[in-house]
Amino acid sequence: MDIALLIIALVPLLPFLAAGITALLKREQRILSASLVIGAQAVSTVIAIGVFVLTFMINDHRGVATPVAHNFTWLTFGSEALRLGLLRDALSAGMAAMVSFVTLLIFIYSHGYMKQDKNFTRFFTFLSLFSGAMLGVVLSNSLLLTFICWELVGLASYLLIGFWFHKPEAATAAKKAFLTTRVGDMGFLIGMLWLYKASGTLLFYDGGHGCLEQAALATLAKTMVGGIALSNVIALLIFCGAAGKSGQFPLHVWLPDAMEGPTPVSALIHAATMVAAGVYLVARVFPIFEATGAHSISLLVVAGIGAFTALFAALIAVAQTDIKRILAYSTVSQLGFMMLAVGVGHPAVAMMHLIAHAFFKALLFLGAGSVIHGVHEEQDIRHMGGLRKTMPLTFATYTIGMLALAGFPVFFSGFWSKDAILHAAHAWPVSQAPFYMAVCAAFLTAFYMTRQMFYVFFGSYRGHAHPHESPAVMTVPLTILAAAAVLFSLPSTPAWPWFEEFLNGEHAEFNRAALLAPDFLHIAGISLAIVALGLGLGWFVYGRRALSATEPDPLQTACAPLFKALANRLYVDEIYNATLVRGLAILGGISAWADRTILSGAVNGAAGLSVLISYLSDRIDRFLLNFGFDSSCNALREYGGGIASCERGRVQGYLRVIGVGAVVLLALIGWLLV
Amino acid sequence: MMLQVLLAISAVLFCFGLLAALTRSNAIMVLIGIEMMLGAGNLNFIAFWKFSAHPELLTGVMFAIFSIALAAAEAAVGLAIIIQVHRRLRSVNINRADQLKG
Repeated sequence: MDIALLIIALVPLLPFLAAGITALLKREQRILSASLVIGAQAVSTVIAIGVFVLTFMINDHRGVATPVAHNFTWLTFGSEALRLGLLRDALSAGMAAMVSFVTLLIFIYSHGYMKQDKNFTRFFTFLSLFSGAMLGVVLSNSLLLTFICWELVGLASYLLIGFWFHKPEAATAAKKAFLTTRVGDMGFLIGMLWLYKASGTLLFYDGGHGCLEQAALATLAKTMVGGIALSNVIALLIFCGAAGKSGQFPLHVWLPDAMEGPTPVSALIHAATMVAAGVYLVARVFPIFEATGAHSISLLVVAGIGAFTALFAALIAVAQTDIKRILAYSTVSQLGFMMLAVGVGHPAVAMMHLIAHAFFKALLFLGAGSVIHGVHEEQDIRHMGGLRKTMPLTFATYTIGMLALAGFPVFFSGFWSKDAILHAAHAWPVSQAPFYMAVCAAFLTAFYMTRQMFYVFFGSYRGHAHPHESPAVMTVPLTILAAAAVLFSLPSTPAWPWFEEFLNGEHAEFNRAALLAPDFLHIAGISLAIVALGLGLGWFVYGRRALSATEPDPLQTACAPLFKALANRLYVDEIYNATLVRGLAILGGISAWADRTILSGAVNGAAGLSVLISYLSDRIDRFLLNFGFDSSCNALREYGGGIASCERGRVQGYLRVIGVGAVVLLALIGWLLV
Repeated sequence: MMLQVLLAISAVLFCFGLLAALTRSNAIMVLIGIEMMLGAGNLNFIAFWKFSAHPELLTGVMFAIFSIALAAAEAAVGLAIIIQVHRRLRSVNINRADQLKG
């Protein structure tokens, strides 16, 4: 095994190892478990950043990014060998560095947030399992390994959403998340098997033989299935899995409910890393999407669903009252933006927004966690208010995250990455509809974030607890993430698009003229106007005067039916309940009925027949055979009573007898053979 | 690795499983014990296949996969029984499920 593979493999393996060890620890060994998990994650982060720097340096010298694949054989079936591998290229190295860094910060934060929980050790075991699986998804060079880690990530997400399983809502949300993503994963699995059948390999890069390389792509693009190129069919099937994980429109319902989990989990899994895995997967297998050209049917679907999700989720976010649910819908909306960027043919732009989003959304969620912690587990923004005085540090960092999410100009990474997406959507020759949808979604984003800010931090406190600032172990990660959200804007501006060019494998030149290019100014002007409009309208509706504790939402008084529909999440859950869930329940009812009447009828009929026969034989017995037997029967009954006392109904007693019998039998056979 | 080592591991695993199945009164723990014994069996399949005369025939792997599928079905049925027992007795203590005595 070569040393480079080993070093890269350490990045996911260390958290896995830590998860395995902490799983064996006792509940009381809190410090040991936390330090093991955080230590393993720290080492893994250092290696991941090292790999990132190495990739960047090699990149810089050669001028192009060649993916370096480290493959090995996993299983051999006759002449077929199933091979897995790890990949180091600009995409995976950048993503791995971000994931491990954010994960590390959230682990440290969790140490403060979960201090009171009695299942602290179990929490860190699950977190570490998640981290290992997520880094596995990122670094994998094989669709199969991606799929394995993908499912492990889903498992960790299930375990962590349901971490407080004694709350019925949490247990339900965990099941919902698992089942909804399973719908998408079914498509992913079928797509993967089909890809293996068509191309004979699941390795992404394999020195010319991988499924993302020219030879395989040409075959995929040439084969037709029902009028569509096979590459597009496989791409759409894989996109099903990505849409499930990334909460894209028909499968988005699980993500807001997933907020039942502890807040660090919401920040780590349901905002920064796992939900972005869908976007990452689509960006990773982008060559398959693109195999039949830049405007293939699969990319059209991705762009359409992305734009629709961005607008749809932003609309719902306007009327939510739970601080975490607002952020959850905002995550769904931002993931829609990323999918849109991939769909219009710019995966590098999508990745730029993904990383910027990971920083500021993790920041917002951790800030929300700090707020929830500070007001004693209250999540309803109507019962907060005025917290900027009692929680100054949380307020400052939250403002940075909010401005980055809203796309406030120049100093915040969200502005540049969102601008790049709008730019890409504007330049898309197929249709301008996604561009206008994205503009509307960006406006709504600025609006609902302003609404949340005014509800939570301004006015006077409307709750009953005594708000207090969170401890340093929670505020320090907030500060670091806030710095990252601001600093990441440096390599994302059009003047020095270092990150985008790094992903594209090109060298970035500093070019001040790009900032003054007319098409950039055009889009930037639009984006500036909508952000100003969103912030201004938010201030006009919510910020002009302090909100009182009892009054309804100003929007509710303005347009009650619309607000009610939005507050009820546009009834998607209700529609699913009325159609899918009800349909399955009816199906279950029918099969239960069939089981009860048809199958049970057959069984009961057979039983009735045998009762009849036994009745007849009983008559014969009683009148023909009974006389001589009575005495012997009585004797038998006495013995039987003695034997029946062995049958005490203790299943383990039976098992013991079986065990002893087996040993005696074996001994007998052995003795006979010898 | 030597065949004997694998067999020893499998034997130890089997004994642990048997011990759990015999001594625990929680039905789920008994089920876990049974799963461990099945795991030991699988390990034996794999070990004997690995050191057999024709390891390229994959018979051991196939057997192990069958046995894993069997174990999954068995666990599903076992859990269904445990749920029914829990509904009836409000407990998963198998010593309380003794209505079938003579």
